[in-house]
Amino acid sequence: MEEEFSVFSHDIVVVGGGLAGLRAAIEAHDCGFDVAVVSKVHPLRSHSVMAQGGINASLANHPEGKEDNWEKHAFDTIKGSDFLADQDAVETFAKEALVNLYELEHWGCPFSRFPNGKIAQRPFGGAGFPRTCFGADKTGLYLINTLYEQTIKRNIKIYEEWVVLELIVEDQTCRGIVAYSLPEGELEAFKAKAVIFCTGGNLRIYPKSSNSITSTASGVVMAFRAGLPLKDMEFVQFHPTTLYGLNLTLTEGARGEGAYLLNDLGERFMSRYVSEAIMEKAPRDITSRAIQTEINEGRGVGGKDYIYLDMRHFGANTIKKRFPGIYEACMEFRGINPVKEPIPIQPAAHWSMGGIDCDYNTDTEVNGFFVAGECACVSIHGANRLGGNSLMETIVFGRRAGRRTSEYIANGRPKSAGNGIYREALLKQEMRFQGIFERTGTESPYKIKSELGTIMDTRVGIFREEQDLRQALNEIRELQKRYEDVRPPYKGRRYNYDLLWHLDIEGFLTISEVIVMGALNRQESRGSHARLDYKERDDKNWLKHTVARLIDGEVILSYKPVTITKFGIGKREY
Amino acid sequence: MKFRVFRFDPENDCDPYFDEFDLPVEKGMTVLEGLYYILENLDSSLAFRSSCRCAICGSCSMYINGQFRLACRTLIANLETDMVSIRPLSNLPILKDLVVDMKPFFENYKLIEPYLIPKEQPPEKEYYQSLQNREKIDGSIDCLLCGICYGACPTVSLRKDYLGPAAITKTFRFITDSRDGAMEKRLAVVATEDGIYRCHTIFNCQKFCPKDIDPSDYISQLKRKVVWQLFK
Ligand SMILES: Cc1cc2nc3c(=O)[nH]c(=O)nc-3n(C[C@H](O)[C@H](O)[C@H](O)COP(=O)(O)OP(=O)(O)OC[C@H]3O[C@@H](n4cnc5c(N)ncnc54)[C@H](O)[C@@H]3O)c2cc1C
Repeated sequence: MEEEFSVFSHDIVVVGGGLAGLRAAIEAHDCGFDVAVVSKVHPLRSHSVMAQGGINASLANHPEGKEDNWEKHAFDTIKGSDFLADQDAVETFAKEALVNLYELEHWGCPFSRFPNGKIAQRPFGGAGFPRTCFGADKTGLYLINTLYEQTIKRNIKIYEEWVVLELIVEDQTCRGIVAYSLPEGELEAFKAKAVIFCTGGNLRIYPKSSNSITSTASGVVMAFRAGLPLKDMEFVQFHPTTLYGLNLTLTEGARGEGAYLLNDLGERFMSRYVSEAIMEKAPRDITSRAIQTEINEGRGVGGKDYIYLDMRHFGANTIKKRFPGIYEACMEFRGINPVKEPIPIQPAAHWSMGGIDCDYNTDTEVNGFFVAGECACVSIHGANRLGGNSLMETIVFGRRAGRRTSEYIANGRPKSAGNGIYREALLKQEMRFQGIFERTGTESPYKIKSELGTIMDTRVGIFREEQDLRQALNEIRELQKRYEDVRPPYKGRRYNYDLLWHLDIEGFLTISEVIVMGALNRQESRGSHARLDYKERDDKNWLKHTVARLIDGEVILSYKPVTITKFGIGKREY
Repeated sequence: MKFRVFRFDPENDCDPYFDEFDLPVEKGMTVLEGLYYILENLDSSLAFRSSCRCAICGSCSMYINGQFRLACRTLIANLETDMVSIRPLSNLPILKDLVVDMKPFFENYKLIEPYLIPKEQPPEKEYYQSLQNREKIDGSIDCLLCGICYGACPTVSLRKDYLGPAAITKTFRFITDSRDGAMEKRLAVVATEDGIYRCHTIFNCQKFCPKDIDPSDYISQLKRKVVWQLFK
């Protein structure tokens, strides 16, 4: 029996082939370790490829940004976070952004340029200077290609279309993972001295979502189930400008460069919400609330739930050159020519500020388990992330995770585990699969997903209040009960997408519960979390991180302090 | 609306076949949404890839009503038919239903050493790159590696050793980038029987590329570069 049992073995296993995962793997490789990436989609198909507008670093290349430096980047980030970010983490982030950005350029990333040959920068919401580096509006595509190229150069092993199902933890120490291979249909255990989760965001739980179909929270759920705490999950960022109906994101770069927001009356309404000097350049949370307020008060276009983004005054040339992605999306998906017509837009769920609790070394509570990217909560974004900061987060903290795991292994801390624990974990997942296939219920998981979506959209959206949140919580718990009666999935073992959705939708219910509980408890408005019944930010009671744990199947909340350093706390006005 | 979908599970089926499904179609619905409707409501065994749903990740390339397309960007209404007929990408082994094995495609891609081989030691800050040079790589950097050009190429279907349009486009991308210093080595890789000379300029790559890239143009530019090199 002993021989038949196969375990894949690597020093370091990185879960996720998005920007954070690839950057972590490159670093771990360069530190001299045997690293493998396990990803449920080919790296180039990761959500990261969708990123458009850019990546922040205070290069001071822009004529209007000569005074920019890392401290100003840090301060803008902290202010943007509504002072919920940990300031030591932000400091590390803003400092390291610079070398990381130059390194990406040295690896060949095709950034857009200024006439003097330097990397171009554009203004983004909430930033004091034009600080956002970009490649047209396809920054994510260019970045992920650049990193993927570097993994090829280094011959880094990638397990493509392998879905990780479980984190193996023993004595507070991470031992590896169990994964399901879509092409083979087999379950396999991976032995590793350290594991890095870079599994991306959660926001497919919202029906109006800008996220890729693959952003299903699975990594966050796995960590939660393995006993790790999640932090600040109630903070859900809504992107103000997504194409009406389809929710394809139209980059904030458009507003940064002067596009207008117009309501049904043709008014540039932003002056009602922020100063005339800022207008459309306000941060995302403020802009999303402004748009939603216009819609709620009946000034959506034609009384509907959208308003216009108008970039006609840019002229055909600028639109096609600087915003080819917007041009294409409008023409292809809606038959709208942004050169001639305003674009119908609405806010949509976009980015998860919360995630697996970690510090700025990417350390978690479990030895040998590290996290980076959107699945992690460091936290540098606090209650609201500024545009362009998340791409840089994937790079800075991906790299740090790669380095940190290497230090962890080099320090000789992990004692190797016997095969028993892998056999056990594998058996557990085999039984889980069997249990799922043998279900006798009739409920459709997709129906549950769609009902959950309606709850999240209507009760846990841009504006929140107690009554709605309470009802949402009850309804989610009802759905959790109904989930016990879902029909069995298709029983084939290879490329079984129905099975994956079964697993993911179960996770959706868990994550939604955490989001709602956090939102219900937090009796204040801060960043993306806007309570109609507690309209003010309340530093006295709520300047703290929400921490959620799963204890005996129950979600339990607690709180921990925010780290404040030399940046202090202040008012957030624009 | 009828969907006629290619089905094949090599482990269980001797031969491929087509399944027909009746779908309620709403205005603005894409072929990808149609496939999800089938998965969720009609046949949960259907296998197809998807991710970004906005034509940037390259997952859902397939053959729809006689054309190679991204399913996410294909509006059903624009097909102007009452039957949507879907097959997997050609020239690649079928793993299941609409899922093909992209390995041969990526193996060729890897052959061209698809990463910047810098001309000089990196400076402290960025390499300078002129606007003109940056503009020259426009287009070639937009490749999604979705495999449509490869699937649509008649030459690939005749000779699997042909590098294919995407790999050659990538070569062009690096040769043209002023920061890269490996032109001669790169030209040597593509200036072979199974490289640029294998192309019969049938233009399917250009015709079907979802990002309007023109690999055939890059191939001819590379041919000229090779001749230039000979005279230098
Ligand atoms: C439309 C859009 C535009 C954006 N534009 C910008 C921008 O301009 N600037 C900016 O800073 N940010 C932007 N963002 C946000 C940014 O793109 C993301 O936050 C970032 O790319 C996340 O990267 P990641 O590496 O953490 O995760 P992802 O890219 O989501 O990668 C997650 C990886 O994990 C894998 N995975 C997940 N679960 C499993 C599992 N169970 N088993 C195995 N593998 C798994 C997936 O296959 C994938 O490879 C944008 C987001 C969207 C949606």
